Amino acid sequence: MGVASSIMGSALASCSGPQNVLDPAGPPNRSINHLFWAMLVVAAIIWAAVVVAALWAALSRRRRTREDLEPIVDVPNEEQRRHVGIVTGLVGATVVTLLIFLVYDFTVGRALAERPSRSLTIEVIGHQWWWEVHYIDPDPSKLLVDANELHIPAGEPVQVKLKSQDVIHSFWVPNIIGKRDLIPGYTSSLFLHADKPGVYRAQCAEFCGLEHAKMALPVIVHSRADFAAWLAEARSPAAEPNDSSAKEGKKVFLAGACSSCHALTGVEAYGTIGPNLTHIASRRTIAAGTLPNTRGNLGGWIVDPQSIKPGARMPSNQLAAKDLRNLIDYLETLK
Amino acid sequence: MTNPARRLPPNESAVTDPGTLPDATPQTLDEDLLIAEARQLEITWRDPAGLWGWLTTVDHKVIARRYIITAFLMFIAGGLEAGMMRLQLARPENTFLGPDRYNQIFTTHGTTMMFLFAVPIMTAMGLYFVPLMVGARSIAFPRLNAFGYYTYLMGVVFMYVSLFINMAPDAGWTSYVPLAGPEYSPGHRIDVWAQLVTFTEIAALAAAVNIIVTTFKMRAPGMSLNRIPLFVWAQLVVAFMIVFAMPAVAIGSTLQLASDRAIATHWFNPAEGGDVLLWQHVFWFFGHPEVYIIFLPALGFITPIIETFCRRRVFGYTAIVLSNITTGFFAFGLWVHHMFATPIPELGQSLFTAASMVIAIPTGVQIFCWLVTMFSGRPRLTTAMIFLLGFFITFVNGGLTGVMLASVGFDKQVHDTFFVVAHFHYVLLGGAVIPLFAAFYFWFPKVTGRLMNETLGKWQAWLFIIGVNITFFPMHILGLNGMPRRIYTYLSETGWGPLNALVSAGAVVIVVSVAIFIVNAAMSWRGGALAGANPWDSYGLEWATLSPAPNYNFLNTPVVLGRHPLWDTGSPLPVVTGLRSDRREVLVTTTFDAQPDHKHKHPHASIWPLVMAFVMVELWIGSIFTPWAVLGGVGLTLLVMLGWGWESSMESDVERVATEGRIVEAA
Repeated sequence: MGVASSIMGSALASCSGPQNVLDPAGPPNRSINHLFWAMLVVAAIIWAAVVVAALWAALSRRRRTREDLEPIVDVPNEEQRRHVGIVTGLVGATVVTLLIFLVYDFTVGRALAERPSRSLTIEVIGHQWWWEVHYIDPDPSKLLVDANELHIPAGEPVQVKLKSQDVIHSFWVPNIIGKRDLIPGYTSSLFLHADKPGVYRAQCAEFCGLEHAKMALPVIVHSRADFAAWLAEARSPAAEPNDSSAKEGKKVFLAGACSSCHALTGVEAYGTIGPNLTHIASRRTIAAGTLPNTRGNLGGWIVDPQSIKPGARMPSNQLAAKDLRNLIDYLETLK
Repeated sequence: MTNPARRLPPNESAVTDPGTLPDATPQTLDEDLLIAEARQLEITWRDPAGLWGWLTTVDHKVIARRYIITAFLMFIAGGLEAGMMRLQLARPENTFLGPDRYNQIFTTHGTTMMFLFAVPIMTAMGLYFVPLMVGARSIAFPRLNAFGYYTYLMGVVFMYVSLFINMAPDAGWTSYVPLAGPEYSPGHRIDVWAQLVTFTEIAALAAAVNIIVTTFKMRAPGMSLNRIPLFVWAQLVVAFMIVFAMPAVAIGSTLQLASDRAIATHWFNPAEGGDVLLWQHVFWFFGHPEVYIIFLPALGFITPIIETFCRRRVFGYTAIVLSNITTGFFAFGLWVHHMFATPIPELGQSLFTAASMVIAIPTGVQIFCWLVTMFSGRPRLTTAMIFLLGFFITFVNGGLTGVMLASVGFDKQVHDTFFVVAHFHYVLLGGAVIPLFAAFYFWFPKVTGRLMNETLGKWQAWLFIIGVNITFFPMHILGLNGMPRRIYTYLSETGWGPLNALVSAGAVVIVVSVAIFIVNAAMSWRGGALAGANPWDSYGLEWATLSPAPNYNFLNTPVVLGRHPLWDTGSPLPVVTGLRSDRREVLVTTTFDAQPDHKHKHPHASIWPLVMAFVMVELWIGSIFTPWAVLGGVGLTLLVMLGWGWESSMESDVERVATEGRIVEAA
């Protein structure tokens, strides 16, 4: 009983959370949820009816011994006719149920397919195994390149254009809407429409190689005003370090291996193989949603990424202790 | 009983006069003569002695038995891989398997279960029972049959050797490009997958052709199309599906993927004008029918088991046949529902939504017919019947989530998550493996001559049903909670830990159940109760011969007067004589009405099928390392075909039967 209730408990608890289909954060997923629960209830009733019928048929007139050899007889015509009626009726009911599902699904699909005439456009580019995010602006100089975190305003549909740099990935924010694949050679798009500000979690949903499991993307839904403020802040170039250790750290960054893969806006670091680190210190996680962004994790990740995320493109970095400390000091100034 | 012969189909030709059949029967019932004839047939149809005979046999029962055992070993191997995955996922951030090993294991699990277990074991059941159920001495193309098995076996060995030398495929059983392409999967792992698929394709096509021709041309006199057992109907529909589906994956994996990898073509390379979605279309055009190729034969097992244990003829024979055929058609119109998350236009997607829902109807028809049959009879809850209750409990669940997944909006939420993993395991375990176990218990006595232990069987059945539900039901919730499939680990913050632990515990129950089955099968094979010809008092022609069936299957070809021969006419069945006992002959009948047409000389044991399978090894495995192996392989194939054909030409011989209005002994 204890086991059963704890299972029930965790089943109920499983209707909420930052990465949960059943905890909608916007109108599209709310209508998907309505569809889901409606289909689930109907399906549960059908399942129960079939199972009860099967058990009833098997148990009610069962023969208990091998010796009980029921004679093989033809079912009388009158009963046959009744059977024809029953089966026809059940098939008819199946057809009607499916038709209702179909029409309901099409209605939901039509609602989901609605496109606003104007919207904020964000480009998400999949890499093995991280996310590059471009906030598009009609003024090209205002293009914001960010990574591994997605910020959107609440209350309006935001267009997300999806591309892939290498293999197929899939972009999926369960609380907001269903997934869409990022396919090399194709650009696809979907609309994120959230109305509940909060932090949600997206995760790659198409197997993309070794670290498919560690390719997540925190999605932060701001109120409209907060989003504007965040965007302005994020467009600012990398902060200049003030204290000496951070200044030393910047030198390590530019002279060492870091800048060959990572870019810092406003600083002479142009690498595009890895995520842009202009505002690394304000991100919640590192390594694509794998670790909380703490000083210790940052250090561990720089020195030995291969034991945290085996196969990741980031190589291990043998740095002197002092250099490492300075580098982390610098990265922590990049708010 | 009225004279059953009068119900034979109208017969204009002079080949047989059914009226004379019952008169002919008493003449052949002389006991001494029968024993002498049986002894002669035994000698005629026997394999050469020793290892040579073992390697050259073309007896469809021997080949199919090996097929079933090999495929079942693959079920165990795939199950062990699943067990390793469940160990790894039992708790968050576990380190039992790293990503590289895990990816190989889950890919091998899927590839094994689909290509090396499910399809082969279902066709193997057909290769064993279709000739027995249609009353034939043997199968249509026995050497092709042996070749098919050996090719499959080579594929099995190839795959598992690769796994142990760290060369197993690791891009999923679907091998999506570009991940599986030359740029992102260097090395030979994906080549192993691509050519393994080729081996299993060839084997499946060989089996399909055999089942089609055996069903159409070798049925016992009187078994017109509308009297074919439903087991055989299901096998026939599936054989046609194989013929249409396998070429798609052959083009995809061999022509396109393998040549992209081996000789730098650019079918799937967008940089050179190729298209990565093309692979998904080609793969799923095969991959979706594949599911029904696995599932329909299992539906074929269910009908005779229900009829036998409820002791009623099934309600709606015609409806079930039409359902099978309809399912076979629609199965080819659903593939895009695996691709709803790709940029395919929404109008196109909605067509596939509708088709995916429509296919529920024929399956519903069959389920309703079985329920009505059960209600009209008096069931006995044997192990096989308990498994069928498990079928209703488990499969119907999977079918209903399948209907839910047809909805584009909902599918995009749970596509590629554990919800889908739950769905297809419910369908495949509930709709194929559970009926397969029922079939094992039901037909085991026909294969071994002994009954399986029912007490152990019932324990196994309930444990299996419970285990499957504990293992796979929580996966629905995990998927809705955002857990994608094919991940080797997850963070504890996700909250997926407790349900994953429960899932892994369920897997233990399945392991126990399968272990009980293995013990039961081994013990019963050695010392189970002797079964006799027809232990369940069933009706099909397979129960009209000894258990296990002799190497010549039937002493005399039975004559069929209804859909349930042993129930319609009682035992012994009326027979036709005229096939010689001093040489291998089979009776060929007409496609629609199964009237005797001619006698066909049947091949003897031959080593060529095995040799040809080795040529396939040279060709396909060699092609991984150098494209020149294909040229060499083609040359060798031609040489072996010469040898094979030359040997056949020495014995091939078609003889028209019977002159004077009935089948007579030619001697």
